[in-house]
Amino acid sequence: MAETQGILMPLIQSECQILKNYRDRGGYEAAKKALSMTPDEVIQEVQSSNLRGLGGAGFPTGRKWAFVPKNSSKPVYLVVNCDESEPGTFKDKYIITRATHALIEGIIIASYAIGAHTAYIYIRGEYVRQAEVLEQAIQEAYDNGILGKKVLGKKFSLDVYVHRGAGAYICGEETALLESLEGKKGWPRMKPPFPAIEGLFRCPTIVNNVETLAYVPFIIKNGARWFAEMGTERSGGMRLYCVSGHVNKPGVYELPVTTTLREIIYEHAGGVPGNKKIKAVVPGGSSSPPLRADELDVAAEFDALMKLGTMAGSGGIIVMDEDTCLLEILTVTTHFYHHESCGQCTPCREGTGWMDKILNRMLSGEGRIEDVDHLEEIASGIMGNTICPLGDAAAMPVLGYLKRFREEFESHALYKKCFDGEFAELKAAS
Amino acid sequence: MSFQLSDESKKQIEAIFKRYPHKRAATLPILHVIQKEHGYIPEEAEPFVAELVEEPPVKIREVILFYTMFQTKPIGKYHFQVCHTVSCWLRGAKEIIEHLENRLNIKSGETSDDQKFTITEVECLGACEIAPMMQLNDDYIGPLTREKIDEILEKLQ
Repeated sequence: MAETQGILMPLIQSECQILKNYRDRGGYEAAKKALSMTPDEVIQEVQSSNLRGLGGAGFPTGRKWAFVPKNSSKPVYLVVNCDESEPGTFKDKYIITRATHALIEGIIIASYAIGAHTAYIYIRGEYVRQAEVLEQAIQEAYDNGILGKKVLGKKFSLDVYVHRGAGAYICGEETALLESLEGKKGWPRMKPPFPAIEGLFRCPTIVNNVETLAYVPFIIKNGARWFAEMGTERSGGMRLYCVSGHVNKPGVYELPVTTTLREIIYEHAGGVPGNKKIKAVVPGGSSSPPLRADELDVAAEFDALMKLGTMAGSGGIIVMDEDTCLLEILTVTTHFYHHESCGQCTPCREGTGWMDKILNRMLSGEGRIEDVDHLEEIASGIMGNTICPLGDAAAMPVLGYLKRFREEFESHALYKKCFDGEFAELKAAS
Repeated sequence: MSFQLSDESKKQIEAIFKRYPHKRAATLPILHVIQKEHGYIPEEAEPFVAELVEEPPVKIREVILFYTMFQTKPIGKYHFQVCHTVSCWLRGAKEIIEHLENRLNIKSGETSDDQKFTITEVECLGACEIAPMMQLNDDYIGPLTREKIDEILEKLQ
């Protein structure tokens, strides 16, 4: 059975929020090994593994760690991003509730590598029960000498705190997250300075996603090469894919990053209910432009998807069958970004609202053909013109749906109905 | 104008401050403690929190209004937060919301007269694998069907 394969999945399935279960599987041996290495050696190992940020940006993790200034006179912080809010994404929830100790071990190793003695886990506020499990596991780690003054009996101290958000997608953006952690509304900061230089409380800070950190112990334990060889030249390992929407078996699947979308959808997530055809697939969370059914033989990996003009993002794969109204879906998607725009930058604050209004008008049957161009114009005006990537995240789906499924939107504008494949004739006749 | 908190909450707040080098960072955790005890954040809590974290009250209000989870007025004992984002939408969130509205005889965004039920449509809760889903107070529930909603309501009536 596929269940026992993978790196994190076996932990998730054996309830590694309980220390004993994790220890039975060799837990915390990697942290001991890391603490006997030099911090630079740890960073080098992670760098060679080609581990990339699995929150969505895909930035090489080891390289990020290396940005922290050496011998800083200020304290250094590790902040764990568990805000998990990109629509279609739900993997980190499994790690914090079922592979909890792998995350804690990853936090120990990362903190040691960057010289941090305090780590904050910023968890989205809605994850109430999940935060309780996390708190319990952390307490268990303290009680067993895994955290605290002498981590695993070594000369290294580390405190880990859980900090709950309170409902704001924007706080998944690392600088907004830091603002929120400091007790403010989540307004992103201008970069530079980057958090590695000036982050939390104006001190050097590394912000890493939950899943990224959970893989670190296994890289240390099994070696960088082992992890790198599972992936491509520039992306190592496996990752947790979240599959939702029109599939028979929605859920989390851990697979090598070389796995194609088609394989993930049909071989792992059980294909489409009723054997319907696929109309569109969103490959990496709702901000990634959708792909057509004939484009699914691509590896669900950062560089390969970028070549197709979309992105691997958070690994949130959303499948839509042939009967899906894409106008509805883009409206729901755009409404999300409008709702979540923090309001700081004008192009995003106003633009997302305009797009939301136009799409709703089209949906109510009052659309005009010029609306389609209008949407494209507004989205292009947001793209690249905001402090943080939320603006782009709102613009990319609009541009993406229009690029690949323009006829769907033109059909709604002209004929007040979904495209039925005979558009060319209709258009010629009109 | 006087704002009261239980001793238990006060103790929690004391512990919260120990986690951060700056008082202001305790703002969100303190607001969570207050909401847990009162069910919402009363206006009188603003100057109270402001004094604790040594910031002007407006900074506290700004935070309360920015985050969707902080309630500024009392809500129902049972808070149905139904997700209406993409994956839940694809699996029928719209019908679930309509069914819930019909059954409770209130619209999304409203609270029933007996202060028992509130419906809120919310954005993605990170549980698309159990779409369509909702958060009922602190718990995630899904996949939802009309029957499942009826079953839940029966237990709560």
